[in-house]
Amino acid sequence: MKTELPIYLEIKKVVNESKDIKTLIFERNLDSSPGQFVNVWLPRVNEKPYSISFQDKNRFAITIFAIGPFSKKLHELKQGDKVGIRGPYGNGFVLRGERIALVGGGCGAAPLAFLADEAVKKNIQVDFIIGARNKDLIIFKKRFERSKVNLKICTDDGSEGFKGFTTELLEESLKKDQIDCIYACGPEIMLKKVIDISDRYNTACQVSLERYMKCGFGVCGQCCVDPIGICICKEGPVLPKNIARQITELGKYKRDAAGAKVRI
Amino acid sequence: MLNTKIGKLELGNPTILASGILGVSKASLKRVANNGAGAVTIKSISLEPRKGHNSPILIAFESGMMNAVGYSNSGAKAATEEFKELSDIDVPVIGSVVGTTPKDFVDVINQLKDINFSAIELPLSCPHTPGFGTLAGQGTPEATYKITKAVRKVTSLPLIVKVSPNTQEIGKIAKAAEKAGADAINAVNTLGPGMAINIEAKKPILDFKVGGLSGPAIRPIAVRVVYDIYESVKIPIIGTGGINTGRDAVEMMMAGASAVGIGSGVYYRGVDIFQKVCDELEEFMEKEGYNSIEQMRGLAHED
Repeated sequence: MKTELPIYLEIKKVVNESKDIKTLIFERNLDSSPGQFVNVWLPRVNEKPYSISFQDKNRFAITIFAIGPFSKKLHELKQGDKVGIRGPYGNGFVLRGERIALVGGGCGAAPLAFLADEAVKKNIQVDFIIGARNKDLIIFKKRFERSKVNLKICTDDGSEGFKGFTTELLEESLKKDQIDCIYACGPEIMLKKVIDISDRYNTACQVSLERYMKCGFGVCGQCCVDPIGICICKEGPVLPKNIARQITELGKYKRDAAGAKVRI
Repeated sequence: MLNTKIGKLELGNPTILASGILGVSKASLKRVANNGAGAVTIKSISLEPRKGHNSPILIAFESGMMNAVGYSNSGAKAATEEFKELSDIDVPVIGSVVGTTPKDFVDVINQLKDINFSAIELPLSCPHTPGFGTLAGQGTPEATYKITKAVRKVTSLPLIVKVSPNTQEIGKIAKAAEKAGADAINAVNTLGPGMAINIEAKKPILDFKVGGLSGPAIRPIAVRVVYDIYESVKIPIIGTGGINTGRDAVEMMMAGASAVGIGSGVYYRGVDIFQKVCDELEEFMEKEGYNSIEQMRGLAHED
């Protein structure tokens, strides 16, 4: 019978992306698809979901923004330390078309970076729009600068790239080229805007959502969304826009560890 | 063909979503109802909000699952808002309520009195939450009687007492619940607690270290407990523990159950397990010539 148990994996390399962002690289054939996530376990501390930001035949990586107590603990880890890994879980992105646009806000760029790699392998033209509050929160600039990916960076304060929002750069791409599908991950206000824009340009769109997850495989019910009741950990985290649009709590509220509604 | 009764509670089919699985929100319950459940049970509500234990809270091992969720819930006040309008769920909704003392149970039930639940369930048997269930001694015949009696005084809804399999005196516990006015027994809650250790990390996997066992591993125990309870009391029994198929459900009914609870099965067969079990039940009944659930109930007791 199938099991859901963590395997204890050594961190093969720690990459410092910037002051508060690190990528942990593991050696294992995870066989995940872009948009899926793993649950990362620190024994006697906690366990949290992280999307996969990189994968090749025998390695995978997660990219961690030091935001809360758990992610700060992960930042203390060094090469050779071990963590528990369960997964991969959830439904990933589905690549379609010949030219696509990826829209990543903050840490939302992590799963999209993995998607960009896969798209390039399939000779799909990629506009990768990465936005953040300031230049310290922009990830993967070096990784994609010299790749086939058309990288477009923006920051709220103009400290890197275009001064403004990812959605403005997305509209620019849509005006210039025929985009077959938009893929987005980031703050929900951004996701809602991206869905609206995709409607206006009559473009397919897939978004990745974040909810408080516990089990990771659709049983505990912690990440069920209103009013359709699907589990984001299992039926998501990536959803096509026609499903995402049915989630009325999108951009309004989410549930905390107790299951209480918290305004977004 | 599949309709059944648990006291006054009438179900279109005997599959019930067990408490603690998916029942965090009304939306989630509705989805389970739409997937064929005959009734759904909410995740247990306590007076105050509880964030529960840290993760991992739930794992699956080779023959079952183990959880230590720790009764995370948003509290009685938020529950009145979450479940205030249940009319668009087509099947009975069972309100599961937990407390630390008889008065605590009563306080929660009083807070939830305006919710249109079809029955109230008292899990006096959780093995992994300090202050509640077996860790607070709620599973003894005496405590079962006291808590059930106190709750009986403040609600006229059908009252279901959920019992632990970890006892030598299951008959006495069931009798205590019946004597105190319970309308049905739900057997069983999770077994244990048990423990799983990751041998590379050299640490228990569940953050609470120990957790309650569910799934196929505990089914024979659940069947035996239902069998014993059936011999002890007259009130109907909901058989819960490791039910994944229609055949499993029949086995539980032949032990004495009028309906079956399904929890871990959502993991093994998906959220549409309720429809699947119903289809398999019907298939079995047609093949073997049964016309009703009632006809199968308790058959294993006949010599």
